[in-house]
Amino acid sequence: MANTAVVHEHPHHPEPYTATGLPTLKLGFWVFLGSETLFFGSLISMYMVYKHESVVGPYSTELLDIPLTSISTFVLLMSSLAMVIALDQVQQGSRRGGAIGIAAVAVLGSLFLGFQAYEFTHFYHEGLTLQTNLFGSSFFVLTGFHGAHVSLGVIWLLVLLIQLLRGGLPPGKSLQLEIAGLYWHFVDIVWIAIFTLVYLIE
Amino acid sequence: MADTHAHDTQHHHGADAAHPPGGHATWQTYVIVGVILTVITAVEVGIFYIEAMAGVLVPILLLLSALKFFIVVFWYMHLKFDSKIYSRVFFAPLFLATLVVIGMVILFKVLPRYGVG
Amino acid sequence: MATLEARAPVTQPHPTKKKNVVWDLMTTVDHKKIGLLYGVTALFFMVVGGIEATLIRIQLAKPENDFLSADAYNQIFTMHGTTMVFLVGMPIAVALFNYIVPLQIGARDVAFPRLNALSYWIFLFGALFMNSSFLIGQAPNGGWFGYANLTSEQYSPGMNIDFWALGLQALGAASIMGGVNFITTILNLRAPGMKLMRMPLFTWMALLTSFLIVTALPVFAVALFLITFDRFWGTTFFVTQAGGDPVLWQHLFWMFGHPEVYILILPAFGIVSEIIPVFSRKPLFGYAVMVYSGALIALIGWGVWAHHMFATGMGPIADAFFTVSTMIIAIPTGVKIFNWIATMWGGKIRFTTPMLYAIGMLITFTIGGVSGVMHATSPHDLQQTDTYFVVAHFHYVLIGGLIFAIFASLFYWFPKYTGRLMSDRWGKVNFWLFFIGFNMTFMPQHWIGLLGMPRRVFTYSAELNLTGLNQLSTAGVFVQILGVAVLFGNVLWSLKRGAPSGPNPWGGATLEWATTSPPPEHNFNRIPVVHTREPMWLESAAAEDAARGTPEPHIHLPPSSYWPIFTAFGAVLTFVLFLTNLWWAPLIGLTWTTLGAINWAYEPTH
Repeated sequence: MANTAVVHEHPHHPEPYTATGLPTLKLGFWVFLGSETLFFGSLISMYMVYKHESVVGPYSTELLDIPLTSISTFVLLMSSLAMVIALDQVQQGSRRGGAIGIAAVAVLGSLFLGFQAYEFTHFYHEGLTLQTNLFGSSFFVLTGFHGAHVSLGVIWLLVLLIQLLRGGLPPGKSLQLEIAGLYWHFVDIVWIAIFTLVYLIE
Repeated sequence: MADTHAHDTQHHHGADAAHPPGGHATWQTYVIVGVILTVITAVEVGIFYIEAMAGVLVPILLLLSALKFFIVVFWYMHLKFDSKIYSRVFFAPLFLATLVVIGMVILFKVLPRYGVG
Repeated sequence: MATLEARAPVTQPHPTKKKNVVWDLMTTVDHKKIGLLYGVTALFFMVVGGIEATLIRIQLAKPENDFLSADAYNQIFTMHGTTMVFLVGMPIAVALFNYIVPLQIGARDVAFPRLNALSYWIFLFGALFMNSSFLIGQAPNGGWFGYANLTSEQYSPGMNIDFWALGLQALGAASIMGGVNFITTILNLRAPGMKLMRMPLFTWMALLTSFLIVTALPVFAVALFLITFDRFWGTTFFVTQAGGDPVLWQHLFWMFGHPEVYILILPAFGIVSEIIPVFSRKPLFGYAVMVYSGALIALIGWGVWAHHMFATGMGPIADAFFTVSTMIIAIPTGVKIFNWIATMWGGKIRFTTPMLYAIGMLITFTIGGVSGVMHATSPHDLQQTDTYFVVAHFHYVLIGGLIFAIFASLFYWFPKYTGRLMSDRWGKVNFWLFFIGFNMTFMPQHWIGLLGMPRRVFTYSAELNLTGLNQLSTAGVFVQILGVAVLFGNVLWSLKRGAPSGPNPWGGATLEWATTSPPPEHNFNRIPVVHTREPMWLESAAAEDAARGTPEPHIHLPPSSYWPIFTAFGAVLTFVLFLTNLWWAPLIGLTWTTLGAINWAYEPTH
C-alpha cells in the first residue's frame, strides 16, 4: 500500500500528493541552492578577474594568513559534521542530542565568524579597506557575503534551537532542520571554494 | 484516493526525510567523512608550503577542493542517498556557475596573456 | 454528468465572511488572483512605457528637436527600456505562469503560495520605488543596461542610478523567488498521469524560463551589488584608476541580459504553441522537438552573451566563439517556426483574433530573427552595433515576438479569467491597427540604422537625410496607440458585456479548459488523472467530470496571510534605505524582513 507512511501531525491533513514523491519544501530548497551557486560563482569570478590587479597595496600576498584561515576552515568543516549529527539525533527523537548538536553548530559557526571578524579588523589595521584597492573591494565583498550567509544561518539555527527546546521539533518535523542543514552545508562548500581560490592559489 | 492514482515514480509520503530510499548513513560514517575532510584540508595546506610542489600546486589544489566539495554534497547533504531529481536541479546551475568562472578567467586572464584578448 | 457544476465543500480555517476587497487582495495567496494582480500591474506599466516611447519618437520626429532636453531624453529612454523589460515583459510572463500553469497541470495552487504573494508585492513596491524617481526629476538615465563607468558616482553623481540599481535589485530577488516557485510547482504538483512529456507546451516553456530566471538573475544581482557598493561604499570595482574594468560590468550584465531576453521570449513561444494547434484543430507538430529545442535555446542562451560586446575589443578568439554560438542558437529557434507552420498545414484554420496575433507573431518574430543572425556575424555587427538597426531588431523580436503573443494570450484566456468573450470584430480592428502601426515604426529603423543613425542619442543632424524615415517611424506610434486604445476599450467593454464563454469556448485541448470560467478558488473539484497530451480532446468526459463533477470530501486551500506583504515592504525598504547614505540603515529593512519571515514560518497553514 503506497499510503502507509502518512505523517499524523494533523490527522485530517495527510501528506499531500506530489508528482515526484519528494517533499515540496526540500525540492524547492535545492532549486534555491542551485541559484545560489550562480550568485557565489559570479562573486568568485569577479574575485578571480581582479586577482593581482590592484594598483596599490596592501596586497593579498602580504596579508592573507594561511595558518589562521586553515583553522577557521577546519572549524567550519567540523560545524558541518555537528550539523549532520544534530539532524540524526532529531530524526531519532533525541531532544537532548538534537539540542546539543544544533548548539554546537551555532557555536562553531560563531567561532568561524569570530575568526573572520579578527581577520577583517587585522587587515583594516594593516591599511586595507573596501576602498583601498581591488583586493580590498573584492576580498571584503566576497568573504563579506559569505559571512553574511553564515550569520543568517546561525540565526536560523538559534530559532530552530528554541523551537526544539519548546518541544516543537519532533521527528515528523525534522524536515525543517534538514533544510537548515542543507543551507549550512552549502555555506560550507562555498567556503571550500573560497579557501582554495582566494587563499591557497596565489 | 492516492492509491488509485497512476504512479510515475514511487510515493514516499514524508518518507524521504527520515528514511532515505537508497541507504542510511550512520553517525559513525559522518565522523569518518569529517576525518577525511580534515585530512584533505591538511594535505592542501601542507602542499601549499612544500616548495618543490609549486608547479603542480594549482591543479592539485583544485582537484582536492573539488573532492571536498563533492564529499560534503554527497554525504553531508545526502545527495548520494536521495532522489536523483535533487541532484539534477542542483548540478545543472552548478555546471553553469563553473562555466561562468572558467569563462571569465579565460576572457580576462588567459586570452590577454596569449595576446588574443 | 448530472453533478457537473456541483459546489465543493472548501475548507478554510475562517470560512467566508464578506471580505473587504482590498484586504482580500493584500492577503491573497491564490495563484489566480496573484496572476491577475501581476497582469493588471504589467499592463499599467505597459502604458507607462508606451508613453515614454511616444515621447522618444516625438523628440526624434525631427532633427535638432528640443521637445526633450538631452538629460530628459536620457531618463525617458532609460525608463522606457527598464520599464518594458522589468515592469512589463517579465511580470506579464509571471502573470500567465501564475494563472495558467497550475490549471494546466491539474493543481490547486503553486508550490509556495505565500512566496508567490511575496514576489508580487516586492515587484509592485520596487516598481513604485523606481518610478518615484520621476517625482524628483532624477529617473534612471544610464540606459536599461547601466554601463559602467558612466554609472559611477564620478560620472553620475545624482540619485538616478541609485534608483535604478536598488530598485532592480529588489525586483531581481522577487523574480528568483518566482522561478524557484514555478520550477517546484511544475516538478512536484502535476496531476497523476501527467508525465513531463505530456505537459502542455506553455507549461514546458514556463519550466525552462524559470530555469533561466534562477540562473541568470543571481548574476545580475552580483553586478548590481558591485555598482551599488561602488556608489555608496566607495569600492573600486569599476574605478579605472584603481584597476577596475568597466568591461567586467558588461560581461556580468550580459551574462544575465542575454538569458533575460530568452526569459522574455520563451513564454511567447509557449503561448503560440497553445494557440496555433487549437485554431488549426490539429495537435502541435513535433511536440518532442518543440520541447528539446526550447531546452537547447535555454542552454545555448547561456553561451552567447558577449555578442552584445563585439565592439569592446575582446579579441578574435572570443569574437569567433560568440559568433558561432549565436548562429547555432538560431537553429532550434528556426525549427520552432517550421513546426508551427507544419501544425497549421492541413489544419482547419479559424482566423480569430488570437490566431491572427499568433500568425503575426511568426512573421514579425522571424523578421527580427533574421536581423539577429545578421548581428551574430561579428564583422557585420561592428557596423550595426549602436545603430538603429539593433533597435529595429530587438523591437521586432520583443514587440513582434513577445507583445503579439501577449495580446494573443489576452484574447485566448480572457474567457477563462472572466467567463466572457472579448469582441472578436474589434479584436481584428485592434490587430490590424497594431500590426500596421508597429511595422510603420520599426521597419524604417532597419534603414535608419544601416544608414548610420546611432541609437541612445537624443537628436540627430538634418544632414543625415533621415528625417523622412524618422517621421514615418514616429507616425506609426500613433497608429499603435490607436490599436492599443481599441484593445483596452475591448477589455473594459467585454468585462461587463462580453458574450458568456462557458468553460471551453475555443475547443482547447488542455486542462484549464476543463474548469468553469472563471475557475472556482480550488480549481478542480477532483484532481484529474490524465493519460494524454490533449486531455480535453482525447479524454474530455473524464477531465470535465473531475473538474466540475462530484467534489472531493476535503479540499484544503492555504489560508490568506498578511506576512507576505509585510515582508515585501521590509525587503524593498532594505534597498531604499541605502539612499540615506547611512551604512547601517539597510539593516533596519533586513530586520523588518527577518521578523516577517519568522512570523511567516510559524504561521499555521492548516
